[in-house]
Amino acid sequence: MPSLKSSEAPASTGSREWPVEAPPAVKTTTRSRRKINDNLTAYGLLAAALVVFALFSWYPIVRGVLLSFQEVNFVDPPQWVGFDNFARLFADPLFATAWLNTLQFTAIALVLGFAVPFVTAVLLNELRHAKAFFRVAVYLPVMLPPVVVAMLWKWIYNPGPGLANAALGSVGLPESAWLDSSSTAMVSLVIVSTWANMGSTTLIYLAALQTIPGELYESAELDGAGLFKRLWHVTIPQTRFVLMVLLLLQVVATMQVFTEPYVMTGGGPEDSTVTVLLLLYRYAFTYNDFGSASAMSLLLLVALGIFAGLYLRLTRMRSED
Amino acid sequence: MHRTLTRRAAVLVAVSVVTGASGLSACGSESSNQPSAGGKVAITVTGQPPSSQAVERKIFDADVAEFEKLNPDIDVVAHEGFMDPKTFSAKLAGGQLEDVYYVYFTDPANIIARRQAADITDHIKDMAVIKQLQPALLDIFKDRNGKIYGLPTANYSMGLLYNRALFTKAGLDPDTPPTTWAEVRTAAQKISALGNGTVGFADLSKNNQGGWHLVTWAYAMGSQIAKQEGEKWTADFNNDKVKEALRLLKEMRWTDNAMGDKQLLEATDVQRLMGAGQLGMYLGAPDNVPVLVKEFKGKYEDYGVAAMPGGQGTLLGGEGYMINPKASPEKIKAGLKWIDWKYLAPDRIEQRVKQYLDEKQPIGLPAVPTPDIYTGDTRARQAELKTRNANVPEQNFASYLDGNTKLKGNLEPPNAQQIYAALDNVMQGVLTNKDANVDQLLSEAEAKVNSALAQVK
Repeated sequence: MPSLKSSEAPASTGSREWPVEAPPAVKTTTRSRRKINDNLTAYGLLAAALVVFALFSWYPIVRGVLLSFQEVNFVDPPQWVGFDNFARLFADPLFATAWLNTLQFTAIALVLGFAVPFVTAVLLNELRHAKAFFRVAVYLPVMLPPVVVAMLWKWIYNPGPGLANAALGSVGLPESAWLDSSSTAMVSLVIVSTWANMGSTTLIYLAALQTIPGELYESAELDGAGLFKRLWHVTIPQTRFVLMVLLLLQVVATMQVFTEPYVMTGGGPEDSTVTVLLLLYRYAFTYNDFGSASAMSLLLLVALGIFAGLYLRLTRMRSED
Repeated sequence: MHRTLTRRAAVLVAVSVVTGASGLSACGSESSNQPSAGGKVAITVTGQPPSSQAVERKIFDADVAEFEKLNPDIDVVAHEGFMDPKTFSAKLAGGQLEDVYYVYFTDPANIIARRQAADITDHIKDMAVIKQLQPALLDIFKDRNGKIYGLPTANYSMGLLYNRALFTKAGLDPDTPPTTWAEVRTAAQKISALGNGTVGFADLSKNNQGGWHLVTWAYAMGSQIAKQEGEKWTADFNNDKVKEALRLLKEMRWTDNAMGDKQLLEATDVQRLMGAGQLGMYLGAPDNVPVLVKEFKGKYEDYGVAAMPGGQGTLLGGEGYMINPKASPEKIKAGLKWIDWKYLAPDRIEQRVKQYLDEKQPIGLPAVPTPDIYTGDTRARQAELKTRNANVPEQNFASYLDGNTKLKGNLEPPNAQQIYAALDNVMQGVLTNKDANVDQLLSEAEAKVNSALAQVK
C-alpha cells in the first residue's frame, strides 16, 4: 500500500511551517498502519470469533429477552404481551418450588462441592509418592459424559440391593431410598454432581496450592505448626482469592443444574428436585410456551448476573492489588 | 421477504441455542412451497420407521413407492421419526417442519390453539372414509368452531397387560385375568410372593407418564379429570373415586409390598421388567406386546391384555397426522391423499394384513396393522379379516376387546402434558412416601391443574 509522503499533503497549504512539523505525524500514521498490518491476522481471527459469538451467543440472549415479553407460535408474527409471561410464571405453584429447590441444591453443592475438592487438593499436595496416579484418578470422572454419569449413579442408587445401599450396610448403616424419597433425592443428586465435577476444581485448587512459597510452610513447621495449623494459617490465607472466585463460579454453575434431575428423577419425587432449569425446559419443550420459558431464563440471568458481577468486581480488585 | 427470513433465522438461532442444537441445521429446507421438477408436488412426511425396525421400514418404503406410482404427480419425501415435542417448534420456526406431521392425541388441541396446523375442513369434504371414522376421534382434531385440522390414524384404549407365564407360576388362571381391582390386588400379592425380585404390579410415576397413568386410573374409577363450564375449564379429580384409586395403589405398594422397591419408573422401565419375566401386571395398551416380544425375544403366547378392571371406564389415546400451516393448497391436497391412502383407506386393510403376514408380523393383536379407528361396515370387515388371518393367540386379548365394549372411553384432557406433569407428583407421593397425605397431594395437584387449565384457549 503506498504511504503518504511528507511532500504531498502539505503542498497545497502553502505554509512553510508544514514540512517541519509534518514528519512526526506521518511517522505516527505509518507506525499505526504497520501495527494494524502486523495485527491483521489477529483481527481477522477475532472478527470471526466475534461474529460467531454475536450470532450464537449474544443475539439469542437479546432475542430471548424480547421473547420474554412476547407470545410466539412460529407461524404468525410475535404478539407483544407485556408482563403476561412473568405473571403466568408467578401464578404457577411450581415456580417458587423450583427456585427453593435450586437454592437448596446450590447450598448443599457449595458445602460438598467446595469442601471436598479443597480437602482432596490439600491431600494431593501433601502426597510424596504416586502423585500422578492420584491426580488422574481424581480427574477421571470429569471425562465421563454427564448423562453417562447420571445413568451410572442411577444404577448405584438402586433401592434395595444397589451398590450405595451395600456400602451403607458394610458400615452398619440402614438402607436409604436415595432418589426414591423426597427427603434424600436432592442430596443424592448433589453427591453425583460433586463426584462428577470435583476433578476440575481440585486441579485448580492444587495449582493454587503449589504457588504458595515453600518457605512459609518451612517457617510454620519450624514454629511447630501441624497439618491443621499450616492449613489454617498458611494455605487458606494464601489461596483466599482462588477460593472466593471458585465459590462464585460454583454458585453460577450449580444454579444451572439440569442434567442430574432431568435424567435421574424427572423432578420427583413430589417435585423435590424440580429446578429452575428443569421447569424452564418443561415450559419450552413440553408445554411449547417459549415466552414463559424465556421469561424464566431472564429471571435466572438476572440472578446469575448478580454473582457474575461479584466475580468481576473481585477479579478487578485482585488485578488492582 | 428478507425481513421474514431474518426473523425466521433469528428465532431458529434462539430456539436452537436453548435446545443446544446446532443452528447450522437451518440450512436447506425441503419444505419449500415451490413445486418440484416436472410439475410434481413434493411433500415431506414423518412417520417413516427407523432403519433399526427393518420390517416396518421395508413396508413403509414399499408403500411410498406404490403411492408414487399410483400418483405420478406427487413426490413423497419420507422422514424418519414421529412426534418430538422438543424439536417441533424449532423445526416450525426454521421452516423444517414436514408438510405432513405425526401427532399424539395429547397435542392437537394445543397445536390448533397456537395455529400451528393447516385448516383442512374444506379439503376433506369429499373424503369418503371420514364417515367411517369414529366421531370422537375426529373431534380431537376440531377447534371449537368445528373446523378440522388433522385426521386420526390409530387409536388405543388402556387395559391391563399381564404376564401369562407368571400368572401360571403363581397359581392364577391366565385365561381369566382380573376384572376388579380387588382381583388385581390379590393377583399382585401372589405374583410378588414368588420372590426373586418378582414384582406383582408396577406403575409409572416419572416424566409426565405418572400423570398419564393417574388419569387412566381416574377414568377407570369413573371420575373425570377436567370439566368445562362455558368457556372455562376446571379440575375435576379431587374426589372419592380418585382417592380410592390412590388408596389401592398405596396399599399394594406399602402394605402388600407387591410393587417392588424401585419407583420413579417410565414405560421403558416396566417393559424391561416385564420382558425380563419379573413383572406380573401393568396398565398399558396392546401395542406394548410386540415391543415386549421383539425387544426381549419373548413369545406372544406369554402375554395377555385384559380390559381395564373395574368396569367403569378407560383412557383412549392414539395418533394422527396434521398438515404444516405454511403448506400450499397443492401440498395440503397431496398430503391428505397420502394420509388417506397410507393410513385410512378401508379398501387397503386386506392388503395391509397380507403385507404383515408376508413379513411374519403379528396379526390378531388389537393393534397394528389395522388401527381401531373405524365404525360401521369397515369395522366389522376389519374384525373378520383379522380373525381369519390371526397368527397370534387372539384369545389372549379377547377379554380386552370384550370388556372395551362396556367401558366408557375417555379422551385425554386439554393441556394434557401440563396436567400430567402436575399429576406425576401425586403418583410419586403415593409410591415413594409411606406416609403420603393423599388429600394434600390431590389439593396441591388441583391448584396446579387449574393453573394449567386457565391457559386453555
